[in-house]
Amino acid sequence: MQVDIKSLSIKPLRNTFDQVARFTGSEKSASRYLEATIGVQPEINFHYQPLWSKNRSIYDKDNTVIVMNDWYRLLDPRQYYYGAWTIARSKQQDAAERNFSFVEKRNMLASLPTDLREKIISVFVPIRHMEYAANLNNTYMSAYGYGVSITQAASMCAMDRLGIAQYITRIGLMLDGNSGDALKTSKAAWQNNPAWQPIRQLTENMLTTQDWFELFVAQNLVLDGLMYPLMYQSFSDLTSVSGQTSFAMMTEFMSEWFDEHVRWVDSVIKVAAAESDSNNVQIGKWIQKWLPQILQALQPLAQEALGEAAQAGLDAAVAQLSARTTKSGIN
Amino acid sequence: MEQAKKMNMKEKYNAMTGDLAWDFSYKTEAEIFPLSDFEGIKIEDWSKWQDPFRLTMDAYWKYQGEKERKLYAVIDAFGQNNAHLGVTDARYINALKIFLTAVTPLEYGAHRGFAMTGRAFPGVGAQVASQMQSIDELRHAQTQLHTISQYNKYFDGLHDPFHMFDRVWYLSVPKSYFEDALSAGPFEFITAISFSFEYVLTNLLFMPFMSGAAYNGDMATVNFGFSAQSDESRHMTLGLEVIKFMLEQHPDNLPIIQRWIDKYFWRGYRLLGIVGMMMDYMLPKRVMSWKEGWEMYFEQNGKMLFDDLARYGITMPKFWEQSVEEKEHLTHQLWLTFYSYGHAAAFHTWIPDDSELDWLSEKYPNTFDKYYRPRLVYLREQEKLGKRFYNPSLPQLCQTCQIPMVYTDPKNPTKRVYRETIYNGDRFHFCSDACKEIFEHEPEKMSQAWLPPHQIFQGNCGGATIPDVLKHYHFTENDGGEFLHSRDNANWNLWKGLTPDEEAA
Repeated sequence: MQVDIKSLSIKPLRNTFDQVARFTGSEKSASRYLEATIGVQPEINFHYQPLWSKNRSIYDKDNTVIVMNDWYRLLDPRQYYYGAWTIARSKQQDAAERNFSFVEKRNMLASLPTDLREKIISVFVPIRHMEYAANLNNTYMSAYGYGVSITQAASMCAMDRLGIAQYITRIGLMLDGNSGDALKTSKAAWQNNPAWQPIRQLTENMLTTQDWFELFVAQNLVLDGLMYPLMYQSFSDLTSVSGQTSFAMMTEFMSEWFDEHVRWVDSVIKVAAAESDSNNVQIGKWIQKWLPQILQALQPLAQEALGEAAQAGLDAAVAQLSARTTKSGIN
Repeated sequence: MEQAKKMNMKEKYNAMTGDLAWDFSYKTEAEIFPLSDFEGIKIEDWSKWQDPFRLTMDAYWKYQGEKERKLYAVIDAFGQNNAHLGVTDARYINALKIFLTAVTPLEYGAHRGFAMTGRAFPGVGAQVASQMQSIDELRHAQTQLHTISQYNKYFDGLHDPFHMFDRVWYLSVPKSYFEDALSAGPFEFITAISFSFEYVLTNLLFMPFMSGAAYNGDMATVNFGFSAQSDESRHMTLGLEVIKFMLEQHPDNLPIIQRWIDKYFWRGYRLLGIVGMMMDYMLPKRVMSWKEGWEMYFEQNGKMLFDDLARYGITMPKFWEQSVEEKEHLTHQLWLTFYSYGHAAAFHTWIPDDSELDWLSEKYPNTFDKYYRPRLVYLREQEKLGKRFYNPSLPQLCQTCQIPMVYTDPKNPTKRVYRETIYNGDRFHFCSDACKEIFEHEPEKMSQAWLPPHQIFQGNCGGATIPDVLKHYHFTENDGGEFLHSRDNANWNLWKGLTPDEEAA
């Protein structure tokens, strides 16, 4: 049957779901992001005490000491729901794919000086293990965090980190002609090389951190905030000094990703800190707790990676991070 | 430099996943994965985990990104073309109401549950498989919301699904089912959801809704169904992989897993009763009867699956025979229950027309004319006399499945099944031997259930009268009750230019 819509004036009864209208305070149509996000997680009337915790509910605000009147306020400035996220990433992986095949086709890695190749294997490729830990940490935030605004973004971040660990693995495989030797060497460095031990120890400590928001601060704000500038800016610059562009090309995904990651992380920190003085103080305390440890642990690594430029690289990373936290309103 | 041997696909995938982990030395594995052994499941070697898909993230993004582009193109077109007018008739929308309030929240629950297992399991393969399913389940919850968003603009009962999920009496059936799994350990969760639900029962959830959508002109939901299909087949494969992996790891795992299979088969089956009711009563164009669905998807396909698992010592889920004995009664009893409590539901109920009653007689030759058709005809006559029947009391619920205690004994179809047990001095009631046994195995946990009628009587649901409670649920006067008198029906007739007589014809 053909519906003659011209003769019908069909007025909607409502423009969006009630949970979204309550959140925005408006009866108007809402974005796909808000309809996919607001109010989706169960909040009350849980049936059973979890066997995995004596004093927490399945979803529990007390899984962190941070207090929010409305956890949904921790919105993602990228407005990522699953569809928007996966479409954005599919474009980025397309670009990454082109970069990798460009490097491969022109055999660009063959012209890599031996010392640079070895350096990439010993100081860069082991980061795949740190990215794996970042994947687990963000999965933890996604599992035990509160409110879809932050937990879905953490979940996407977790998958991003797995993707990044896999891109780094691929670089490792390209460096040794798919034999796996570079991965073995780099893993041995991560496991045993003294330069890596302080940061490996911190990584393992993070994996046992209980408060998910503290983990967010330690991993996504502080560790990433120092490690990414160090590797994808300072170290990347160093690799291109001798006219080598292959490293920068193969890590374009990561440096682009980090710019976007920063927008999300800073926005979460800003909104949580603006909620109350106690949140602000608590976030500040966590930064004070993790920053010096991470910085110290990165020293030997920066030394290996950057040589005499190590201190300048670390200083630049710290300056970037502190500019970000100041901008987010952390006292 | 000597060219080393190249890695094969399997080795390469391991480099992309399993090899990312390392030997912890500053913390112990028990500190990093503290939830991995309290359930008694013994895993000797996580590296034996075989991922059947070997899907890396770049490939995942590529495939999923393509699917999302297509899906949202259709959703956009659907909205622009007033395509909600293309469904068979407005009664169909009530199936979507059940889907959005009862199923979409479970997709979200699965997203969080698989995030938990994705962090809890010590093996990278199992972590990655869980995490991918976790993010897929987020996809399903969100694409369902976006698809049904258009219907919410024009029909009642869809406007506040998550508020309702946390509170409404019949939605405690899916909520408690899923929370049973979420509040368990990671191995029980994955057995419950990946295997018992995704593998054994998911066809009976997916097929009725998605084929129902196709038969009834709901192209948006069909589109979602097609798009989710490849995710679902990955999830089903994971379900089987999980079970085989656990069983192969240690013989002590068998009895634990068998008990979980028994429990979640039965709880999942009880939950699917609502889907069965939808199949038999709510779709204006029917796909197949509940009985036919159960025969095809459980009695035949399910049996084959369990035959295949026999070599591991797994047997058919306990009480499965009961589900077969009930198949000619289940949906009729449930529809009559919801019809009676139609004033307290967020979807409409009605008595099928004559041709639909004939269809039911044909599909249920042994029971329908004898036990149910006369009641339905009587209720229809009463409605015509202006005496639409509503039950003003609150139903007594089964402590385990939380469905009202309405099911009868198939051997004696006019006698209801009442089972009870005493725990800590309190008496608990059950609809079946299976629900009773599930309780008796875990009385401390199952006795905690948040039973809506009890909560109403205790004053925790907005007040002492039905209108107070409905307000607490955020139901409007248009959400429930008789379909014939509903705003949905009136609007539909208006939009389609039909008079009520034409509509009925």
